[in-house]
This record gives sequence, C-alpha cells and structure tokens, in this order.
Amino acid sequence: MSPVLEVANLRVDFSGRTAAVRGVSLKVQRGETHCLVGESGCGKSVSALAVMGLLARGAVRDADVLRFQDTDLTRLSERGMARLRGDKMAMIFQEPMTSLNPAYTIGSQMAEVYERHRGAGRRAALDRAAELLGRVGITAPGMRLAQFPHQLSGGLRQRVMIAMALMCDPELLIADEPTTALDVTVQAQILRLLQTLQRELGLSLLLITHDLGIVARMANQVSVMYAGELVESATAEALFAAPTHPYTRGLLACIPIPGTVRRDEPLGSIPGTVPRISPGFAGCGFRDRCTHALPACAQTVALRSAAPGHAYRCVLPAEWT
Amino acid sequence: MKLRHLATALGGVIVAFVLLVGIFAPLLAPHDPFAQDLMRRMVPPEWMEGGSTANWLGTDQLGRDYLSRLIYGARISMLIGILTVVTSGTIGITLGVLGGFFGGRVDDVVMFAITCRLSIPLILVALTVVALLGSSLTLVILTLGLLLWDRFAVVARTTTMQVRNLDYIAAARAAGASLAHILLREVLPNILSHLLVVATLEMALAILLEATLSFLGLGVPSPLPSWGLMIAEGKDYMFFSPWVIMVPGVTLFVLVMGINLLGDGLRDLLRAERV
Repeated sequence: MSPVLEVANLRVDFSGRTAAVRGVSLKVQRGETHCLVGESGCGKSVSALAVMGLLARGAVRDADVLRFQDTDLTRLSERGMARLRGDKMAMIFQEPMTSLNPAYTIGSQMAEVYERHRGAGRRAALDRAAELLGRVGITAPGMRLAQFPHQLSGGLRQRVMIAMALMCDPELLIADEPTTALDVTVQAQILRLLQTLQRELGLSLLLITHDLGIVARMANQVSVMYAGELVESATAEALFAAPTHPYTRGLLACIPIPGTVRRDEPLGSIPGTVPRISPGFAGCGFRDRCTHALPACAQTVALRSAAPGHAYRCVLPAEWT
Repeated sequence: MKLRHLATALGGVIVAFVLLVGIFAPLLAPHDPFAQDLMRRMVPPEWMEGGSTANWLGTDQLGRDYLSRLIYGARISMLIGILTVVTSGTIGITLGVLGGFFGGRVDDVVMFAITCRLSIPLILVALTVVALLGSSLTLVILTLGLLLWDRFAVVARTTTMQVRNLDYIAAARAAGASLAHILLREVLPNILSHLLVVATLEMALAILLEATLSFLGLGVPSPLPSWGLMIAEGKDYMFFSPWVIMVPGVTLFVLVMGINLLGDGLRDLLRAERV
C-alpha cells in the first residue's frame, strides 16, 4: 500500500544562512502514528511546516519527493496547497491558548473551515462542528459553539483545535507538540483522545514531540532528528529495544527511571549544545558532542541499516556505537 | 472606576446627542438658518438683557437665528467628522495592514508614504487647494480625508505586526485560508479595537480642523452654518457681543471633549476585555 505521506531528501534553508533541514526522508503509512523526535531547534517543526507549505518568507524548500497520497506537493500551486490544507491535510499547533482567533466564537471558527472546503451552509457546518466537539469529548457542544476562546481552558481549547482539524475528515493530521503546553493530566487525556480518534477514523498521524515518553506511548514508527538531519529511523519497538545512533542512545540515557536511578546520582545529559548549521556543512552534526567521534565523521555520513526497517546515520557499525 | 464609566457614558451621550441633532436638524431648528432679518441683528440670547424667546440664542450680524445655525452646524461638523474618518481610515488601515503584514519592501514603501505625509503641513495644503479650486464642503472633507490617515496607518501597521505572527494566523493558513481571508477576517477584527480609538481621536481632530479652516476662511464657504465659520464671522463683534463666539466655541469644545471621553472610555473597556 502506498504511504499517505512520502518525503525524500527534504531540505530547507533560511535566507541562505541556516540549513534548518538537511535531507529528511520519511513515510507515513495509512492509519499509523509516525513520531518525529528531537530537541528544540533540530528542525522537526520546520519539516512539518515545509510539508504543509507554510514556511515563513525567506525559507527555501527543496525535496526529491514530497507526495501526499497521489499529489506531488512540490508542483502544487499555492492555491492548490490551500485547498489541501485543512481539508485532506490538517495541522494542530503547540499553543492552544493562542491558536484560536479571539475575535470569533468557537462555532464560527470551526464552521468556516467546513464552509470553505465543503461549500456547506452555516447550519450544516455548525451541526458538523457540534458533532465533532462531542466526538473529542466536549460536553454540551451546543453551548461551547457560542463561546469565545477566552472562556475555555487550555485542555478544552486543544480539544477544539483537534475537532477543528477533523472537520473535513483529513487523511493526515500533523500535530506539532500538541501537548507540550498542557499540564500532565490533561496531556494524558489529549493523547488518549488522539489514539481513539486515530483508531476510529483511520487517521494517519505525524506527531512531533521532544518527549520520548509520548513516543513510547503513541508511535508505530519513529524518526529521530538532530541538527536538521534524520539520525535514526525505526519502528518504536526496535528503537527502544536497540537504539543505535549515539544521539538516540544519549537521549534514552537521559530519562530517569524510578527504581533504577539512585537519589543523589546526577541526571543523565549529553554535554555540549546543538551547533548552528550553515549551508555547506558536511558530516555528522553530532560529532562535537559524540564520545565515539572519528575523523571520518567530518565527511558526509550515509544512512546504514542496523536491521530491516531500522536505519541510522553513523560511521560506526551498529554493534560499536 | 465608577467615574471613568460615567465619563465614557457622558461622552457617548454628547456624541449621540449631537449626531441626532444633526440628523433631525430640519425638525429641531426653530427658524431657517439662512433667513436674514436685518431689523433684528445682534439680538442677545434669551437670558441676557434685550433677549427674547423668539431667538433663544439670539441672532448674528445678519439677523439669522443663532440656535438654528448652531443646530445645522452640528450637521456639518458630524458630516465632516464621519466622512473624514471613513476616507482617512480606509486609506490608513489599508496601507498599515499591508505594510505590517508583509514587511520588507512593502513596509518600506508604506513607511515612506507615512513619512511623506507627516512632512506635509496640513494648513498649507488646505490653503493651496482652496486657492486653486475654491472652497466647498466636499473639498474640505476630501482634503482632510486624504491627509489625516497617518495615525491610522501607524497604528494599523504596528498592531498588525503584533498579530501576524500569532498562532491563530498560522492555524488559519494551515486550515487553507486565503490571503484575503487572513487579512480581512483574521487580522482586521483583532486590531479593530485599537483602530476604533484612533477613529475617535481623528474625528475630534477633523472637526477641530474644519473649524480652524473655516475660521481662516479656507473651509466651508460662507452661508453654510459651520461652527468655525460662526466664530470667524462673530469675531468682529466679540468685544460688545461676546456670546457670538462663546456659543459656537463652547459647543465645539463640548463636542470634541465628548468624542475624546468616548474614545478614552472605549480604549479602557476594550483593554479590560482583552485581559
């Protein structure tokens, strides 16, 4: 079966100064959750925005393949892109507090998407909105539709954002850190909601996060990004069972596990900071922080296979990293 | 807090009152504002010695009923205030939103236009226009409307800059909204409260400027009952009949204060709503 979203060798430069994304490739299969993991500034959000065609001015996007279902996104006009966005491809953002327009009611904002893409009337659109609000677990949807964003809590707003993204039955939902701004109990509710919706609607989910806990809970496939590059890609089980790239290993070592980590033991960390990558940078972006770094790391490093379906980008064989 | 609401209400009442008086001027005016009665010139107001109930606010140097002229003057002032704000608002908001939203080259052009506009002395332009084309009400409105857009542009530009990077703009784009939709339906409603305040300020300014221009003989032409013109025509008589400039002067002062109180109150109200 062909993937819902296929990206090959995606590159994004910002005004020729920063290479934010350097050759990211990934596939999101129908009905699966693909997690894009990495620390702040590694290019995961930029990758998602590049797929949606929502990059800021001054950003240059380039890709060998950028295909959504049967549509080649690299050849699509801005108008064609706008027709896809919010219809077959939807996105939800990190900040539910500011992602809703304060000037309109919830109902009006939700209805608008449906009217735009489906040409429906206001009545039908509001019915659809009420149905989806119920679906994302909001009680008394009729009342909520008439409310303004400031009358809702953060968790409720994120539910509204999710409902809004689902208005037109999208095939692909890109969620950019959907739970980062929420507190832990609400996070769990939202993640459960996403899982339920995915199961019921057969949604493909590209979930961007920096939280490996969320990855472990949600992901089928995982792509780990570092400094604009994909450093490891595997199924979630394989990644947690046998992390191969030194960066992935470092990330996993940072997670304190109750019971095995002693009280006064310092928490795990990776020394150093993410380098700024300018265009023309070659080699592994992680080499300055890597304990295994070799002279060969300064040359372009190819992806290699650790196991079938498990790729990593390092000069060392899998058993040595 | 209580006092502030009172002030806003007062401002609102004043503006609404003047607006209604202007609209219903033909019904309210006791006399024809243009009818001269040379036998009854410079009659003082009713409460002064020699005044009568036939002319509550007295008559002017041509024997025209002062109250009627004042009532019709409300029409001119409000007409100029509103039409000027509509014209200048349209120009300023369009430029400001475009400059603020797109930034870069577009913004450079807008900023240049604003700077150019700020360097033009208003009275001088008005003088030139009147000298070249003669004075008329339309001309005053056009001159003011085409010149008073700078504050709209500056405020629209900065507020748009604050709004354009907010998540709901990105969310709207992610939901497939067109550029026109984003500018008109996402950006504009969220900067409207700031623009409303500017509109009240500009309206007060336009009314005052019209009075100034009319006083200088560059504004509304003579038989029309503009408040500024009434002051101008009365100034020769003010030594012995001070009320001829006091009446329109006080009215003008009250209206401009009312508009400013209303604008101030609106700003506070809208700010409170945001928090």
